[in-house]
Amino acid sequence: MTTEEQIAIRRAEPWREELRKSVKAKDRSNMERVRMNELDAARRSHTNEEVNAGLTLGQARKEAQRCLDCAKPACMEGCPVSINIPTFIKYVEAGEILEAAKVLKETSSLPAVCGRVCPQEKQCEARCIHLKMKKEAVAIGYLERFAADYERTSGHVFIPEPDRPNGVKIAVAGSGPAGLSFAGAMAKSGYRVTVFEALHEIGGVLKYGIPEFRLPNEIVDVEIDVLKRMGVTFLTNCIIGKTITYEDLRNDGFRGIFVASGAGLPNFMNIPGENLTGVMSSNEYLTRVNLMDAASPESDTPVLTGKKVAVIGGGNTAMDSVRTALRLGAERSMLVYRRSAEEMPARMEEVKHAREEGVEFLTLYNPLAYIGDAQGRVKQMRLQKMALGQADASGRRRPVPVEGAIETIEADEVIVSIGVSPNPLIPSAFRGLDVSKRGTVVVNESTMQSSLCDVYAGGDIVRGGATVILAMGDGRRAAAAMHERLKIINRQ
Amino acid sequence: MNKIVSKEYFSAHVVKLEVEAPLIARSRKAGHFVIVKTGEKGERIPLTIAGADLEKGTITLVIQAVGGSSRKICALRVGDEITDLAGPLGRATHIEKAGTVVCAGGGVGVAPLMPIVEALHQAGNRVIAVLAARSKELVILEEQMRLHSDEVIVMTDDGSYGRKGLVTDGVESVINREKVDLCVTIGPAIMMKFVSALTKKYAIPTVASLNTIMVDGTGMCGACRVTVGGKIKFVCVDGPEFDAHQVDFDEMLMRLGAYRDIEKK
Repeated sequence: MTTEEQIAIRRAEPWREELRKSVKAKDRSNMERVRMNELDAARRSHTNEEVNAGLTLGQARKEAQRCLDCAKPACMEGCPVSINIPTFIKYVEAGEILEAAKVLKETSSLPAVCGRVCPQEKQCEARCIHLKMKKEAVAIGYLERFAADYERTSGHVFIPEPDRPNGVKIAVAGSGPAGLSFAGAMAKSGYRVTVFEALHEIGGVLKYGIPEFRLPNEIVDVEIDVLKRMGVTFLTNCIIGKTITYEDLRNDGFRGIFVASGAGLPNFMNIPGENLTGVMSSNEYLTRVNLMDAASPESDTPVLTGKKVAVIGGGNTAMDSVRTALRLGAERSMLVYRRSAEEMPARMEEVKHAREEGVEFLTLYNPLAYIGDAQGRVKQMRLQKMALGQADASGRRRPVPVEGAIETIEADEVIVSIGVSPNPLIPSAFRGLDVSKRGTVVVNESTMQSSLCDVYAGGDIVRGGATVILAMGDGRRAAAAMHERLKIINRQ
Repeated sequence: MNKIVSKEYFSAHVVKLEVEAPLIARSRKAGHFVIVKTGEKGERIPLTIAGADLEKGTITLVIQAVGGSSRKICALRVGDEITDLAGPLGRATHIEKAGTVVCAGGGVGVAPLMPIVEALHQAGNRVIAVLAARSKELVILEEQMRLHSDEVIVMTDDGSYGRKGLVTDGVESVINREKVDLCVTIGPAIMMKFVSALTKKYAIPTVASLNTIMVDGTGMCGACRVTVGGKIKFVCVDGPEFDAHQVDFDEMLMRLGAYRDIEKK
């Protein structure tokens, strides 16, 4: 059966036809999009509490009414893990929230996570039919989060039933979004999945990178627990390529390996003063605060806190860092970005939240150098004023220096957040693995298979630096392809 | 997991632990390090592996109690478990026959130097170990070093044992009497800086094993970055060993002090 046929069959279920007819399409279209409930900016900028508070049941059901339940739902094409969006939304409208949550889990291992951190405005919601009629898109992301949260707090968490165990051992290197998504899909198909994690915590970037105020650890742990209950084994402090080699895995009977070892070495700008103390990567800053809980007095891990903190970059990680600095008591929390606010790759919601909380945006500035005190601690930064020139390869207008416009600004902490390179451990340890010049693992884009026939890869180790949902999509695709391959081998 | 099977005090503040870690014992080579975390809210700190016993499935760590986290590790008793232990990390020492090699270790740096001395000796090098400490009580692993090297020179700051003087005095005395083809040095950053300056004067290739601040230790955070030959290098994945003559030790010393004022008790 094709995907289109599956969509059509579910859409034709009697309850759903009835529901569709209960409100006129025109009336659905004329309803206003729901607004997310948020903590007050003044309060939240000093706590780690989650900023978005979620929707109420009433808000969610009303928002679900806005969905026209299209025959050809374009939103689904915008979803990297192909969630059956109209089906889950119509269950929300009908008040069958646990059913809605089940639909999410059919194709997504981390719905409560995606409902929070996916850039829906660029994916599913960007394809919503309402946009063509100059209306706001259905708040698919808010509804996804609502259904997942409702299920979690209901005490009736649904555990997908795996197929009959086939005894085939599969290894996953890395427990971030790509690894978890892959593990969930393979466990569902009956495989014996072991996830190896280099750090002491499971969750990868969901734990060390994304802060509590955007994605509480508790939410991640609940989703991991579902995988454990589906039979997935997790092993922390085990570094594939170091503690256990590729050959060890093969000798231990692992028939397939999925490499999802994620982002690695932080990029720096190679400008004077970048190695002063108080200058660090966003990876280091966020890992200290999120994974090691360094801001808590109970933690042994220290973190430098500045009064005047500058974060360099314009992505989501930069936003996470600059908002973390506020919460750690910075008097001035500045975002330094070389283009204008319009070109920022960060989600609009994050930019909005940062502004509300008091982050200062120093757009069209590029750091030239950092200046330290006698002890080697950064105290100032020299910034070059920029202007926008012609569009570059990315389609964004290229920033060019304004001659002679150089400013010196006080900053006693600088967080460099200009991207990362892939983690080098596995690419350098697996003999025969094709690696690009940038250090990414080379794969067939549709199967995610690498140059080693039993090794598949996905997420940032393949993409260099992407989003949680793209990593999850890779995990699903790799699982489907590896499953097909192993089925064929087993038949022979 | 990670159970401590033996503990020995080398001195009041220096402890040798043998820890159950069969997978690491199997895969580690000279020069590798591990990340150790003690307690749920513990700090991740790098420690270079000082040895391994394949039969027992253990690795050996030598720790000096200098800060909160190392004191916590030193306080562990036989039967206790290390909460989190991950490795082996870093690149292994490049072992080849170079000829005459001087291995200069200072303080607890002598412990991670041990497997390198062993490997170099096995590879057919003439190995001269120069072990330096502040005083007699702080000299460690002398007997074991003698087993795996052609000569051991002990230097103490106060002259309470061996010869009086710094590690550099010992190294220079060898250079003055015979041709040295390679020098390997592990110890406090300031010591490696001076060893490096000395061998540079004599144009003797020198390798230093750097022990910088790390958080994850797996090539992610960049806290361990050092400048080597004018370029940023990450100790956890590019090192821990580098051409000592190219290392910016002054910058490294400054970066090691980043948390001095706020280190937690």
